[in-house]
Amino acid sequence: MSSAFPSRPGALVLALALVWGLGCERETRRFREVPPTATPGSALRLSSINPGPAVPDSTIRSTYAENAYAVSEGKRLFTQFNCVGCHAQGGGAIGPPLMDDEWIYGAQLENIFATIVQGRPNGMPAFGTRLATSQVWQLAAYVRSMSGLLRKDVAPGRADAMQAKAQEQATTEQRPEESTTPPQAERP
Amino acid sequence: MIQFPGEHSAHAPASSQAVLLDRLGEQLYGIGAVVFVLVVGALLAAAFRPRAAAEDVEDPTRERRMAAIVAAAAGATVATLIAVLFLSFGTGRELTGTPPPDAIQIRVTGRQWFWDVEYRDSLPSRWATTANEIHVPVGRPVVFQLRSTDVIHGFWVPSLGVKRDMIPGQETSVWFRADTPGVYRGQCAEFCGYQHAKMAFTVVAEPPDRFAAWLDRQRDTARTPTDSLTRHGQDVFLASTCVMCHAIGGTPAGSRVGPNLTHLAGRRTIAAGTLPNTRGHLAGWIVDPQQIKPGAHMPPNALAPGELQALLAYLESLE
Repeated sequence: MSSAFPSRPGALVLALALVWGLGCERETRRFREVPPTATPGSALRLSSINPGPAVPDSTIRSTYAENAYAVSEGKRLFTQFNCVGCHAQGGGAIGPPLMDDEWIYGAQLENIFATIVQGRPNGMPAFGTRLATSQVWQLAAYVRSMSGLLRKDVAPGRADAMQAKAQEQATTEQRPEESTTPPQAERP
Repeated sequence: MIQFPGEHSAHAPASSQAVLLDRLGEQLYGIGAVVFVLVVGALLAAAFRPRAAAEDVEDPTRERRMAAIVAAAAGATVATLIAVLFLSFGTGRELTGTPPPDAIQIRVTGRQWFWDVEYRDSLPSRWATTANEIHVPVGRPVVFQLRSTDVIHGFWVPSLGVKRDMIPGQETSVWFRADTPGVYRGQCAEFCGYQHAKMAFTVVAEPPDRFAAWLDRQRDTARTPTDSLTRHGQDVFLASTCVMCHAIGGTPAGSRVGPNLTHLAGRRTIAAGTLPNTRGHLAGWIVDPQQIKPGAHMPPNALAPGELQALLAYLESLE
C-alpha cells in the first residue's frame, strides 16, 4: 500500500466523517434557544473588543447563519410577519431593497439583528419585544441570504409561493458596498 | 352489530356517512365469512375424501361432473366479486352525493400544525373564526370545505366517517350529518411534518339550539377585561410575541399565522388537541412549547412571572 491514506477502509471512514461533520451541522434543527432565556443583550455584540478578560466567541453564526433550517424558518417568517409588506420579496417597495449590495445600517448579521430589534428612522418598526430572539436571528440570516451572502448549501432552495426572482440559493453574491455605517461600527 | 365505543372509533358510527361505511364493512365481513367457510369446507372435504379407484379416474361421466363443479365455483366467485363491486359502488355513490342545499358550510384550513376553522355567512360581519374545535348541529348536514396553506394534511374523524385530504391550492369538500350527540376526536391522516401525530381536533355534535347559541357566542368579539389583572394580561398579550401570530377579536391583534384565540377559554384542549385546557398546561405551553411539541412554530416565551400570571388570567377570561 503506497497510497496517501493508510488503507481504503480508512479513507472511506475519513470521507464519511467529513460528510457527517459538514452535513449534520448544516442540517441540525434547533427548536429551543441555547440558552432558552437568551435576551437580545446577551447575544448581540457589534464590536469584537470588550472590557476585561476575553469572552468565548458567540455561536450565533453557526447556529443561524450556517444552518439551513434556521434560514428556511427565516424565509417563512419573512412572509408571515409581513416584512414583504414594505420590502417586497427583497426588491424593495416603500422599504429599501434587501437583495442588492447597498446596506444603510450594515450588512453583518449583528447589524441586521439590531436593525430589526431597534427599528430605524423613516419607517422601520422596532420589533424588539414582539419577536423571540431566535426568530430575529433567523430573519437576519435569511435577509443575508437574499443578496447571496450565505453559503449556497445553507440558503433556501425552494419557495412555497410563486416567485418573481431566482431562489436565494441561486443568487450571486452581492458584495456589500456603500454602507453609511463607518467600518469600525460594523462587526469585523 | 358489534360496536367498539370510543371518541375515535370507526366501529361506533355517529353520522349518516359513518353508518353507510359501517354497513358496507359489515356486508363485506359477512360475505368474506361465508366465502371463508365454503373454501375451508371444500379444502377439508378434499383432504378427508377417500382415494378414488384407478378405473373411476378414467370415467368420462365423473370427469364431466368435476368440470361442472369447477365451472360453478368459478361462476360463483365472479358473481360474488361483482356483487361486492356493486355494494362498494352504491355506498360510494351515497357517500359522495351532492349535499342537501340546507347544509351548513364550514371552512377548515390545515396548517402546520393546527386547524383553522371558519363559519362563514352571507354577512361578513357574522363570520366566526375558531381553531381546533368544530361544533356541528345534530340532524343537519354539514359541508366541510377543506384547504391547506402549506403541505398536504388529512381531515379525518373516524366516528363520523369522514376522511379527505387537504391539498394546497385545491379546495376539496366532504359532508356528513351527525346523528348522535357527542364529542369526537379528529386527527390529521396525511404525514405533514414534525407534529403530524399531535395534530388533532375535536368535533362536538350537539342539539341545534345549543349549536346556535355556541355559534352566536363565537361571532362575538372577545370579552373586554374588567379587572386590573386581566387588563394587564391584555397589555402583555399586545406588547409581546403573542400578538405577532395570534388574533383576538375586538383587539388590535389580528394576525392569522397561529390559531385564533378569541374564545380560547371555551375550548376543551390546547395545542391542537394535545393538552387539556387548564391553567397549568397553558402556562407550560406558553413558556416552553418546544418541550411539548418540538418543531411547532410557536417560539419559547420567557415572560416574567408577574406578566405570565396576568396573561394566563386574561386568556382564561376569553370565554
